Amino acid sequence: MATESIALTNARGVPRPIGTILHDWVTTVDHKKLGILYILYALVFLVIGGIEASIMRIQLIIPHNHFVSPQVFNRMFTMHGTTMIFFVAMPILFGFGNYLIPLMIGARDMAFPRLNAFSFWLTAFGGLLLYFSFIGGNGLYGAGNAPDVGWFAYAPLTATIFSPGHSTDFWTLSLLVSGIGSIGTAINILATIVCLRCPGMTLGKMPLLAWLNLVMSAMVLLAISPLTAAQIMLSLDRFLGAHFFDTQAGGSAVLWMHFFWIFGHPEVYVLVIPAFAFVSEIIPVFSRKPIFGYPVMVAATVAIGFVSLSVWAHHMFTVGMNSYANSFFALTTMAVGVPTGIKIFNWIGTMWGGKLIFKTPMLFCMAFLFQFLIAGLTGIMLSAAPFNWQLSASYFVVAHFHYVIVGSILFAIFGAFYYWFPKMSGRMYNETLGKWHFWLFLIGFHLTFDFMHIPGLLGMPRRIYTYEPGLGWDVWNLICTIGVFFQIAGTLVFVGNLLWSCFKGKPAGNDPWDAWTLEWSTSSPPMEYNFAKIPVVKSRRPLWDIKHPEDPDWKYE
Amino acid sequence: MLSLIAAELAIFTIFVVAYLFYIGKSLTGPLPKDVLELPIFATICLLSSSLTIHAAVSALRKGSVLAFKVWWFATMALGLIFLGETAREWHHLIHDKGLTISTNLFGTIYYSLVGLHAFHVTVGLICIAVAMVLAALGKIKQEHGERADVFSLYWHFVDAVWIVVFTVVYVIGR
Repeated sequence: MATESIALTNARGVPRPIGTILHDWVTTVDHKKLGILYILYALVFLVIGGIEASIMRIQLIIPHNHFVSPQVFNRMFTMHGTTMIFFVAMPILFGFGNYLIPLMIGARDMAFPRLNAFSFWLTAFGGLLLYFSFIGGNGLYGAGNAPDVGWFAYAPLTATIFSPGHSTDFWTLSLLVSGIGSIGTAINILATIVCLRCPGMTLGKMPLLAWLNLVMSAMVLLAISPLTAAQIMLSLDRFLGAHFFDTQAGGSAVLWMHFFWIFGHPEVYVLVIPAFAFVSEIIPVFSRKPIFGYPVMVAATVAIGFVSLSVWAHHMFTVGMNSYANSFFALTTMAVGVPTGIKIFNWIGTMWGGKLIFKTPMLFCMAFLFQFLIAGLTGIMLSAAPFNWQLSASYFVVAHFHYVIVGSILFAIFGAFYYWFPKMSGRMYNETLGKWHFWLFLIGFHLTFDFMHIPGLLGMPRRIYTYEPGLGWDVWNLICTIGVFFQIAGTLVFVGNLLWSCFKGKPAGNDPWDAWTLEWSTSSPPMEYNFAKIPVVKSRRPLWDIKHPEDPDWKYE
Repeated sequence: MLSLIAAELAIFTIFVVAYLFYIGKSLTGPLPKDVLELPIFATICLLSSSLTIHAAVSALRKGSVLAFKVWWFATMALGLIFLGETAREWHHLIHDKGLTISTNLFGTIYYSLVGLHAFHVTVGLICIAVAMVLAALGKIKQEHGERADVFSLYWHFVDAVWIVVFTVVYVIGR
């Protein structure tokens, strides 16, 4: 069975020249190495994007601050948004997907290993292209500049007259390139899950992580492609003088909004569904209970996938659509809340009556549950079109979507990090430092984003580089910025813990959490071929069956 | 390949939606009804290439490599004729009618949609040509039938998209 570990001579201990190691990593087609590359790459950009966010918050700490100029502020929010979505969240989730899916479904690699490497390097060079704009934005003479059109780059701001130089071209091309990489990865994940499951693993016995990534990949195909198409149109406009978004020649700026948000809203679910996947794997293990309502979880995910493809125009209530469109998008947006609510109940149902173990991954998942609920509630508030007219493009919206992206997605990613770190590195992280990271980040998060709702309600618009004193916003902005320092401290603890544990941590063993899915049956870190013998499974918790032959799951499923 | 087709379909959908949205919104001429002619011959060529590639693949599956080569070559020839016809049409529009991508909105949507499709035909033709060279070197045998089959899905998709493009550009848009 899968637990058989075979003693092969390990390369570890024999020092190898650094050139060989680098060559190995650069030319690798192994899904585990590519997964780790994705994750490391995303962590680097996480730090960069975090620095950009900190610069903005420092600028806003007091009214009439002169920390950065308005031009730099515009570049910061554009780069922060673009970086965090495309070069942090997407790659880190793809990284975990890449690493875990073949291990969880008992496969030796992804379906198309070379496509996998190709996709990673496309994404990587997309990120470099974006950041090259800092030095090459004006076309390699004089001081360069980064794109400053906002992460959704509304027309006509992106027209050549309003964005001279090449900064917007860099933005467009980098998203085009990394978008093609994402499509490649999505195709790969779909093919892997559909074709390479181990014997006995029917769709109904697949780990939830694999199911959720399947839905996510299907959504990537349908959501990223419109962005690619829109970027092609924008490039045609900018390079060849076409008129897609040129209102002077009859083009439409609103069309860009539609195209962007047809991508933009499903994208939120593309990011949050893998986060759900982590939570669905971690909570059962640390509650010592199987997941509650497995079929319903799958159905809810598929439902989210479908419904979220038809909610995009809730970003555009203030554009002036007719009342039918407004009602339609308000209703679909509220409808997404139903399957999402089902999921929250199922996670709570899993924890209910369980024997909870409060290790760092579990703490992050529990914070996720609470914060995701709040994020969903403010989302329902914003889906009501009249309420949205009042608050659109205010700090309330900024607080809402950071609750989703930081409070939910990033917290789930941190949880996943601590949970699978022993598998990836073969060593345990430091639990005390992990808890320090959790509490510092939790406090920082709530200081920043809880209090950010209030200036939004008081009318503070997003993307302003400074504000007048005496509008009632001062103290809230001060608190928000103080929270950022807690988050920075937490992140430093995280990076420190990561580096220290990587080299000095205690050896983890194959299965430090007494978990139930196949990745824990192989060595830590796994061999290049993953499994000495392809495992055969009979239930959703194959390792439980092996550990408890007297009471296996498959008797009840 | 089916996943790739789904993604491609989404890209084409966006371009078709943009086309439909911008029909009749050009502020200046030339307008489609003045300059466009129905590309009947090119359409027949492209659509019949679906039949020839199907014949090629089923010949390969049965193991008759010679028949495969003949049908495969026919597919390539038909695709090339289609591209040539498109090139002739574009030359006519640019040279005789003065319509380029930046002339007006019609030029923008026409060249981008038809160009996107022609780009896909070109990619397909490059793949076909590579396989043709391999076949000429005797490297293609019966066991490659499945790969040829998977590729033929792409070619059928490109042909099916042409029906949509034809309808949108030359029937509705005119």
